[in-house]
Amino acid sequence: MIGRALELAKMTSAKPLLVMRDIEKRFQGVHALAKASLEVEPGEIMALVGQNGAGKSTLIKVLTGAHGRDGGSIDFDGKPVAFGSPQEAQRGGVSTIYQEINLVPFRSVTENIFLGREHRRFGLLNWPRMNAEAAELLRRFAVEIDVRRPLMEFSTAIQQMVAIARAVSFKAQLVIMDEPTSSLDDREVGVLFDVMRRLRAEGVAVIFVSHRLDELYQVCDRVTVMRDGRTIMVSPMAEVDKLQLISAMLGRDLETVRSHATGFSAAAGAAGEEVLSAEGLRIGRRVRDGRLEVRAGQIVGLTGLLGSGRTETARAIFGADPPDAGSIRLMGKPVDPREPATAIALGVGYCSEDRKADGIVPDMSVRENITLAILPRLVAMGVVDETRQRAIVAKFMKRLAIKASSSEQKIRELSGGNQQKALLARWLCADPRLLILDEPTRGIDVGAKAEIQSLIRELANQGLGVLMISSELEEIVEGADRVFVLSDGRTVADLPHEQATAAAIMAAMAHEGAPLEDAGTTGENANG
Amino acid sequence: MADASVVNERRATSAALNFLRRYAALTALIVLLAFNFAVTPHFASFQTLNVNLTQVATIVIVSVGMTLVIATGGIDLSVGSLMAIAGALAPLIFLSPFGVAHPALGDALAFVVPVAAAGLLGGFNGWFITRFKVQPIVGTLVMFIAGRGIGQVVTNGNLQVFHNPAFQFIGLGRVFGVPFQVIVMLVLVALAAWAIRRTLFGRYILAVGGNERAARLAGVPVNRVKRWVYAISGLCAGIAGLVVVSINSSSDANLVGLGMELDAIAAVAVGGTPFTGGQASVVGSLIGALLIQLLRYTLLANGVPDAAALVVKGAIIAGAVWSQQRGKRA
Repeated sequence: MIGRALELAKMTSAKPLLVMRDIEKRFQGVHALAKASLEVEPGEIMALVGQNGAGKSTLIKVLTGAHGRDGGSIDFDGKPVAFGSPQEAQRGGVSTIYQEINLVPFRSVTENIFLGREHRRFGLLNWPRMNAEAAELLRRFAVEIDVRRPLMEFSTAIQQMVAIARAVSFKAQLVIMDEPTSSLDDREVGVLFDVMRRLRAEGVAVIFVSHRLDELYQVCDRVTVMRDGRTIMVSPMAEVDKLQLISAMLGRDLETVRSHATGFSAAAGAAGEEVLSAEGLRIGRRVRDGRLEVRAGQIVGLTGLLGSGRTETARAIFGADPPDAGSIRLMGKPVDPREPATAIALGVGYCSEDRKADGIVPDMSVRENITLAILPRLVAMGVVDETRQRAIVAKFMKRLAIKASSSEQKIRELSGGNQQKALLARWLCADPRLLILDEPTRGIDVGAKAEIQSLIRELANQGLGVLMISSELEEIVEGADRVFVLSDGRTVADLPHEQATAAAIMAAMAHEGAPLEDAGTTGENANG
Repeated sequence: MADASVVNERRATSAALNFLRRYAALTALIVLLAFNFAVTPHFASFQTLNVNLTQVATIVIVSVGMTLVIATGGIDLSVGSLMAIAGALAPLIFLSPFGVAHPALGDALAFVVPVAAAGLLGGFNGWFITRFKVQPIVGTLVMFIAGRGIGQVVTNGNLQVFHNPAFQFIGLGRVFGVPFQVIVMLVLVALAAWAIRRTLFGRYILAVGGNERAARLAGVPVNRVKRWVYAISGLCAGIAGLVVVSINSSSDANLVGLGMELDAIAAVAVGGTPFTGGQASVVGSLIGALLIQLLRYTLLANGVPDAAALVVKGAIIAGAVWSQQRGKRA
């Protein structure tokens, strides 16, 4: 399938606008990109997709000069190029529009479009000319606004149009859009797509990064799939279906998933009483209809593509970002957690996805990090009982085999795997009944990974309810007793362990954007 | 194994830098003391010690609260204004008809009410910052400006002159020859240092400053901790305000605590508490304040004008921040 796609790509490539070949990029010796390639024709919309960490943004940053490259070649418009900075790339005809709009909100639309290359007359700024040109430019994209108003008065979509107009006014031949739709509503997305089609009609090429697969089919001509720093597949959009795309992104053939690749033992204990149930969750724009259930002694997997709302769902249950709608029951009681402290008091623990930002307190010792959540229980008259604290820390450091020079070592000096174990210990010493693990094995070495996986199973066997979010299919397929699949913010499948094959999970993911009515018919999805 | 030795080496250098960072101010203080014993005439006297300690006490008292605020990653610009409010309220109470009629009760209230008021206003700072997610520098700027206005309004802008030995004991009294305010200062430093090290509240302060998002997800009541920290900073400022008006035997809401916020911040900076939060050294702030004070005294005692001393003070702060940056990079 991949070979055929590459051939097709070659057939159509008469004279490509951009050719990136065999790009290599290492960070501290670790390959972020290895033999990544990307070709874009003039006037084509190229989708660039891949999982978190696949190397999409690194590849784009190498192209625009935000990162240097360690190998490979870049030809743009027939000439080899090496842009030194995004500004240089912009002058050379490559403009980037980031997810977070990087314009000046307080200044007028005109100023934002002409920032850095204002028209002058007699040494003064020529406002009438710039305003007229800005208005004209935006009219090309069917945007009629007062360009003298500050940018911040307009909607995100309009601001994005202004960013695009600015990009185009640099005589861009290639516009890169990094997840431009993530903060737009459906109507605004439609406007953006019109603009992209207009750009294409004018011969401008677009690289479109998005996690919403349905969107790709609406506007893109071709798709490039990346995985683990490599380009895995290039194909005309119309010739791949969503299932093929997903399996290329996740790197799984539809039929085969290696068995016993993880530290999970398959045995599923009998499920106990319900510890969590959530229904009809709606959280911001990311989660529209989330449903979940976890019972004691069970590992429940929650999976979905990037941006499907997994982390948002977990944070809502834990009270970190309260949901806009829906009902949550913890330990059988209806709750409305508004602060993590509330959920913790009910016996919930949450290991976040981003250890550094949301997990460790870097300058504190391993001891303090482990006991942070249970500190109030170790206190008499406001004073921390350090004897008990040390005893607990010693017990859990031993049980989880946390490698540190001592419990007093600062946690930031530990390896990723040991940091993760310390964070697990933080929750285990709180003796929770429900533990939410968001990507518990991401970014840690293979040995620690297997250790953590078998520990999770052991804990479940002892009666702990575990909600495990993972984008690694093996982990979900082997480890989970029950699997919920999220797609575009909806729970689209609820599979028992026996039915939760890689094929079934990917099929469920491919039902992205399915109408709400279909979301409930999980049995059919499972066999799709 | 090469990796391990690299890590060890890096740990060793970072430990050395940490040592320097932690003890730079103390080393400088000792060097400066030695210099003075050798050069400055009449330096080795009880009187010199008392003069210096008396002058530094209010700065240290305020910087105790400031250290806690900075340890949460915040800052408190309002301390000088809160000193003025406390300093204005106290004479109003003991000079009032009620205070004159019941001197003991009046003096007691003249201690408690102004300090409590300053604490409440500090708590308001914290509420304002956490409720509206205002940056601390902006949130406390409001009280910095408004607070001095409040002080002037309650006194109608009048200078209050008084003579009240019982009340003024806080600024003029001595216990075994040691100025009472110095004892207050030492008690507050010891209490805060102990609280940071041993109490739940202290550990929460460092967790909030060290990683606010992680702390919240671990169940730390982040907003409550912040509100308390600003309230404590207000309490410290209130006590310092009483000390100042007692020493002066007068209260001028225009002048009490003027520029104190910057002196306290300077003491904290020189003392080695990083402004990014997550670490707190109250004893460091004490040493920082002593160093700045002694340097100024040294220059004055040796005939260097006060204006030039300010430049040196600036240089010390720059040096302290530089050594912190070095420490962070390691």
